[in-house]
Amino acid sequence: MSDYNKQTRRKFIKVVGLSGGGLILASFIPFSNILTNAGDDPKIFSPSVFLKIDSDGIVTIVFHRSEMGQGVKTALPMLVAEELEVDWEKIIIEQSDADKKYGNQATGGSTSVRRNWEPLRIAGATAKEMLILAAANKWNTSVSDCYAEKGFVINKSNGEKYSYGELAEDAAKLPVPTDVKLKDPKDYKLIGKRVHRVDTPDKIHGKAIFGIDVVVPGMFYAALSRCPAFGGKVKNFDAADAKSMPGIIDVVKISNGVAVIADSTWHAFKGRDALKIEWDLGPYANVTTEDIRNEMLKHVNNEGTKIENRGNIKTNIDGEIKLDAVYEVPFITHAPMEPMNCVAKYQNGKAEIWAPTQNAQDAQNEVAKALGISQSDVIVHIILMGGGFGRRLVNDYAVEAAEISKACGKTIKLTWTREEDMKFGFFRPPSMSVLKGSVTKDGKPEKFYHHVIAPSISQMRFNKNLTVEKSDIAEGTVNLQYQIPNLKITGTLIPTHVPISWWRAVYNSQNPFAVESFIDEMAYAANKDPYLFRKEMLPSDSRLADVMNVAVEKAGWSNKLPNGKGRGIAISTGYESYCAQIAEVTVKDNKLKIDRYIAVIDCGIVVNPDTVEAQLEGAIVFALSAALKSEITIQKGGVKESNFDDYPMLAYDETPVIETYYIKNTYKVGGVGEVGIAACAPALTNAIFAATGKRIRRLPVKLI
Amino acid sequence: MPEYKLNINKKNYDVTVEAGTPLLWVLRDNLNLTGTKYSCGEGLCGSCTVHIDGKTERSCIVSVEEAVDKKITTIEGLAENPDHPVFKTWIDLEVSQCGYCQPGQIMTLAAMLDSDSKPSRKEIDNTMSTVLCRCGTYHRIRKAIDKIVEEKQ
Repeated sequence: MSDYNKQTRRKFIKVVGLSGGGLILASFIPFSNILTNAGDDPKIFSPSVFLKIDSDGIVTIVFHRSEMGQGVKTALPMLVAEELEVDWEKIIIEQSDADKKYGNQATGGSTSVRRNWEPLRIAGATAKEMLILAAANKWNTSVSDCYAEKGFVINKSNGEKYSYGELAEDAAKLPVPTDVKLKDPKDYKLIGKRVHRVDTPDKIHGKAIFGIDVVVPGMFYAALSRCPAFGGKVKNFDAADAKSMPGIIDVVKISNGVAVIADSTWHAFKGRDALKIEWDLGPYANVTTEDIRNEMLKHVNNEGTKIENRGNIKTNIDGEIKLDAVYEVPFITHAPMEPMNCVAKYQNGKAEIWAPTQNAQDAQNEVAKALGISQSDVIVHIILMGGGFGRRLVNDYAVEAAEISKACGKTIKLTWTREEDMKFGFFRPPSMSVLKGSVTKDGKPEKFYHHVIAPSISQMRFNKNLTVEKSDIAEGTVNLQYQIPNLKITGTLIPTHVPISWWRAVYNSQNPFAVESFIDEMAYAANKDPYLFRKEMLPSDSRLADVMNVAVEKAGWSNKLPNGKGRGIAISTGYESYCAQIAEVTVKDNKLKIDRYIAVIDCGIVVNPDTVEAQLEGAIVFALSAALKSEITIQKGGVKESNFDDYPMLAYDETPVIETYYIKNTYKVGGVGEVGIAACAPALTNAIFAATGKRIRRLPVKLI
Repeated sequence: MPEYKLNINKKNYDVTVEAGTPLLWVLRDNLNLTGTKYSCGEGLCGSCTVHIDGKTERSCIVSVEEAVDKKITTIEGLAENPDHPVFKTWIDLEVSQCGYCQPGQIMTLAAMLDSDSKPSRKEIDNTMSTVLCRCGTYHRIRKAIDKIVEEKQ
């Protein structure tokens, strides 16, 4: 890179910093307008960090987020390719490393498509405009006489054309335009199409490299023994037996436990089992789930700290028909099929990390901090994940791997066992929801009060002094589009020593269960159809009402079901998207069968319909697993469950037929990874109520 | 350490590992056949499914000595024929999400279809319910199986 370019880049970074607007401007950092390679190497045109076109005509789109099954490795390059006008079949998609130059790379919060919708289309359009200008200059004509298509710029007047490769070197010499025109949605060629995922063939042929499959030269294998109680530490250990076992190279102590380094994963596991460790179990060694539950129960009769208030409402609800209930959900864990793992190489004050991570820049920071080196000395390669669901937003496993590598002086791959993955997660916190409400005799909602009692992830992870109203625990509480005249939301924060973090949809995985169930209770108390009761509370132009109306129509909501069967409805909004779900169940001899499941989403413009449907289907199975089966139990300060036998998940034969529908519109693009979670548990339990008259207020569901 | 002769995907390998090593780790660490996935280590989830003499086995609970003198097929072996109807249908219907369990799903299904090209609904349910998928692709797996079975007839 020339000095000129370095200087330009610094200037641009300064602009980014000043504006605070990060992403969009960051897409214009001209980090390498041209690399003047030696000899006959191709010249590279790269007007932004998100794409490269070389003089041989190879178009590379850089994918800067993380792929864990949600399909963004396909969806994000589609945004660039749409505006760039290239042949989708011929592009190369390159996974980036962690680097601030890409803006935010944290892959969570259903943000990948909606936060990159603008910058990536702009990146594509910018390059296209420069290529068109380069061609116009060559033909000595105006840009309006040229257009781009499938990797060529075409001269309208005579049909002549130049390939992007032929134009790359000239385009690289042009100034980067700052105000490009984006396509009208009606002209989209890729966006909205069922484009096949770019990584499917390798995945199904066993060729895809997940984190756990990474092999680097000179690599050894590591396993780690951690304290069974959270907050404990190693008192002392005896590694003699372990070191006498086959294939053991070394035993080292790191901040999180004692690691065994071996010549294979199996030897590392066996060596780790042979360690004799005396633990200082720490201050929470006797804590159980019941202790944490009792702490929450203490607050059930308190009012809680005000978060939202509208109309005139007291905790002591009065009204024509009054009702109240307490809803409850447990600790649960992510349990992706690929257990945590990471490859780390520490050498001469620098670290190189191969991490299946949702949060690559955080991995850079955390590893740098743990090793006492600067962030710029940590390279993080982002590797494909065998499921994330929020678990891999926390990089504890990358820090462990880096510490082990530093302590033993070798490149190592740390692999967690399933048991460790189950026990040493960052768990979805439990919560209790106290709900009180009233309806009028003529069937109208009057009052609604919701007190959320839960540990706060934002408080535990970021700011111990965070107050209730600034915390995250009220996410997914009553949908404020509901026109209930008197409404109050309060909260109480519960301390816990159990590590907690973001589980797909976070508090939207728990508060909507309480709210949408209680709304159902209000509907029945008001002697109203649960669908109509909701509909009358929503403005007529509400997108939520729209998705609900479609769901009701698809389900045949008004068709009567025989005894023992029932339908339940629930709606949710979040991540700039809207979702309605209807479950149809049979309960016979206290056994539940889900006969049919309908989900309708409005996520604005749909980038890839197939992926939107897949995300909805997946969210429903994930949420049904949680609602029906999942519970993490705390005993002796740690986790009791250890594998898929005591932490089961939904299986093939238990999964209902799932019908998904999406609304076609041109609203701003919304997130799709998490919104499908929120309405699922209440749709299910409302259906169980309709079938049996039994109201489920505590998850996982128990019918007896 | 003893040496074992294994026949994997029609190729012969000599591996030197101690007795009792699970076949899974021999495949992954010794032979770099990483398409077979580790997930539960106890035969509970099916991610590590391979074929041994044509039958599905959980390679995490099969020891290396049990695999000697047998024909082992891994996902890499099955993928030597990318036109296998299971692969084609898996792509057509975009069954995979994260993809981690899919080699196990595919190996399990391929063995079932080899032994019975017209499996009953119950047989499909029983067989496929032994392989777990956290992304929740079951719905599409069902559609894919229906399509494969239908096209065979």
